[in-house]
Amino acid sequence: MNQDIFVAIEHLRGKVSDISYIMLAAARVLAQTTGGKVVAILLGKDAQSLASKFNADTVLYVDHPLLLDFNPEDYQKTLTGIIDEYRPRAVFFGQTTIGMDIVGGISARLGLPLVSSVRTIEADSKLISQICGGKIMAECDLPATTALITLVPGGYKPEQGQSTQSPPVTTIPVQQLDDLRIKLNQYIEPETGDVDISKESLLIAVGRGIQTQDNISLAEELAQAIGGVVCASRPVVDQGWLPTSRLVGKSGSTVKPKIYLAIGISGAPEHVEAITGSDVIIAINTDPAAPIFNIAKYGTTADLFDLVPALTEQIRNIKG
Amino acid sequence: MNIIVPVKLVPDLVEEFSIDTSGTALDTAWLRMIINEFDDHAIEQAILLKERTGALVTILSTNVEGVDDLLFAAAAKGADKIIKLNGDIESGINNHALARAMATIIRDLKPDLILTGVQAHNDLDGSIGPQLAEYLGMPYIGYISGVNVSGDKAIVRKEYPGGLIGEMQVSLPALLGIQAAEQPPRYVAISKVRQMMKTVSIEELELSTLDSSGAPIVNRMFQPETGERATMLSENADEAANQLINIFKDLGTL
Repeated sequence: MNQDIFVAIEHLRGKVSDISYIMLAAARVLAQTTGGKVVAILLGKDAQSLASKFNADTVLYVDHPLLLDFNPEDYQKTLTGIIDEYRPRAVFFGQTTIGMDIVGGISARLGLPLVSSVRTIEADSKLISQICGGKIMAECDLPATTALITLVPGGYKPEQGQSTQSPPVTTIPVQQLDDLRIKLNQYIEPETGDVDISKESLLIAVGRGIQTQDNISLAEELAQAIGGVVCASRPVVDQGWLPTSRLVGKSGSTVKPKIYLAIGISGAPEHVEAITGSDVIIAINTDPAAPIFNIAKYGTTADLFDLVPALTEQIRNIKG
Repeated sequence: MNIIVPVKLVPDLVEEFSIDTSGTALDTAWLRMIINEFDDHAIEQAILLKERTGALVTILSTNVEGVDDLLFAAAAKGADKIIKLNGDIESGINNHALARAMATIIRDLKPDLILTGVQAHNDLDGSIGPQLAEYLGMPYIGYISGVNVSGDKAIVRKEYPGGLIGEMQVSLPALLGIQAAEQPPRYVAISKVRQMMKTVSIEELELSTLDSSGAPIVNRMFQPETGERATMLSENADEAANQLINIFKDLGTL
């Protein structure tokens, strides 16, 4: 085992994901305590140029037609081979729809320890994870052997993982990628025709606390009165109460409105990561311990079923 | 088609959490435990597949307090078989140990498809699905919000950021991490669940020795320090509405 810190870079349809830069930033912090280098692992097809902004000491690049798009099986095979060969001190994966598909299998295959939901690296290589919807933090030591770490956003900024100087790229051989059992058939574009919530300046967001489909109308009336658009967290969309085009969070949209009014939203990390670009977050939640209050500028524990209609009425009165 | 759905209970996030005297784990003594919401979607997806193409659906869970309610509810929804796994599971089981032990049991059940929740909010050593898949030698795809089976293949919808979907094809047997079923988990009347308690028998199997290696050792758990918390407005709805009106005016919205 060497002291280097590897980062499993994620990219989707020709664009490096922000989490990749956030991982490079975290890897730099960890590398300073281990004394190793930061090594980015990039898989793709004719994708070397994606590495141009990496804040990494070196890039290991694997080129293969089957690596053009993410496929959990060929990504896992390729990364398993690289990690097994190089045995770095630690490997970062995104706690994302890409990283989480493959890291568990690599841990099981190579018998390597896995720490998930890590947000920051503290002194002496302590890993701080954020679990239970953001309500609990857990501190673990960096495991003694090659450690697999999945990183959530929030601890580091993407800019910290970027550099104006391109790192050296070394192309390394491809593993055998035959007999694959998984195949990407096609991408299906997001539903269009509805509003684009990522461009709206005033969002009225509803979460689990809204309780029923009928209650969505409370938010719609408020949105109509004030001139905003209704969006939602995951549970509301999974219930089918609002379309996926209104989903804010990990697999939905990232938003950056002037005002984000969160109604009955607890503030789970998957949601919070998509709203931190908002100018002002206002939260209405009866649970005073809801993590949303940690990122909101204003908050109230008033009951939404009293507050939202009262607010709508006042706004209507003002606007006449 | 033989579909297995491993599910688990997690603390209800609306509860007030505290750390136990060891300082390294949640104090679960007073916590209400509920089904992991993604597992609930996995059950729904399995029942939908059964209705569409015919399947034998088996629900699998560790034998912890409160799990019977969840298992009978699954039976009321249409699951054919329910199995509880006994073992030394109170002493803080992790996904690595559970995946290893479950793999032995699931292999004997000869599944064509395994559906499980893509994650649980208290996972600290990754999610269980991909680990279980690796021990079983099956392909895994997670963040799935739609499954169709045709012959010896499943066609699935995998979610990416921004609402993008990747339609993937996977050879069976396979393990899928479910993000959302094609429709919300169905409601079952309590009376129907009670009826199941009288008519359905829960099979019990023993988990082999639990090997936790691969999971981290927690030094300490704590609640996040809240540096810059929100400025809290009134708890009274009318007063809070007035304050919000002023904030909206200050921000130039009104």
